[in-house]
Amino acid sequence: MDLMPALDREKCNGCGLCVRVCHCNAFVMIGNLVAVVETDFCGWCTHCEAICPMGAISCPFEIVIEER
Amino acid sequence: MAIDEGLLKSIPYFSGLSTAELDSIKAHIFERSIEGSGLILLEGEPADAMYFVASGVVKVFKTSSEGKEQILSFVRPGESFNDVSVFDGEPSIASAQAVKPAVLYGIRNSDLDLILRNHPQVSLNVIRVLSRQVRHLVSLVEDLSFKHVISRVAKILLEYASDGTEPKSRLTQQEMAALAGTAREMVGRSLRSLEDEGAIRLDHHRIVITNKEALREMAER
Repeated sequence: MDLMPALDREKCNGCGLCVRVCHCNAFVMIGNLVAVVETDFCGWCTHCEAICPMGAISCPFEIVIEER
Repeated sequence: MAIDEGLLKSIPYFSGLSTAELDSIKAHIFERSIEGSGLILLEGEPADAMYFVASGVVKVFKTSSEGKEQILSFVRPGESFNDVSVFDGEPSIASAQAVKPAVLYGIRNSDLDLILRNHPQVSLNVIRVLSRQVRHLVSLVEDLSFKHVISRVAKILLEYASDGTEPKSRLTQQEMAALAGTAREMVGRSLRSLEDEGAIRLDHHRIVITNKEALREMAER
């Protein structure tokens, strides 16, 4: 299991756009609430972060220098 | 909670002060804890205190009337924010928000005056700190005025890259856009271009700098 996008429940308005845009089913609607489901298939495409109108989803990148 | 004297000593404002001086300054410092990603102060509001970050990271930013965000800096432990507004007595020049739970040490305006009068070394330290802030902001103006987005993104990656010795903040593409003064889509495009050039590799939630020299050349263009 790899890292998953972070959902800020206080900002989320439950519009479900992230559920529609996610290719790996990492977001699901439970009633009128969005939940993140852990999956091995999240490719960190960041479409969920881009589409969220409330800025409730974040897909942060760690920036590292590769040793040669 | 007690003010951490070790941390106080590491703050550039208080560099070179004796233990007795630090003890007297400590009496003027108050602690403020921020849960989650809470807003600490809003641009335009009266500035009644300046802050040092004791733990966590604080984002200092401006917001346009259309809601576009320009990040001025990420403030880390030992560094200060809202000092300019406290010194000139004007409203806060930028908003500040914790990017993760943070503990702040604050000094109110009136107390800061007292500290500066009683400890001339602090005034000298403040000049150095503010000079560094001016240098940083001039560099930001230069980048926003003269550099292409891809160069700005390359510079951000170099600046925020972890060399493994200290943990750095992780950045979202939205935050990179707010640092680079551009739209999020432009950051995505720049990252793909940098990957095509062989300077970086996108590896799930990591941006791996594979050719630091090439990235540096991009940043200087």
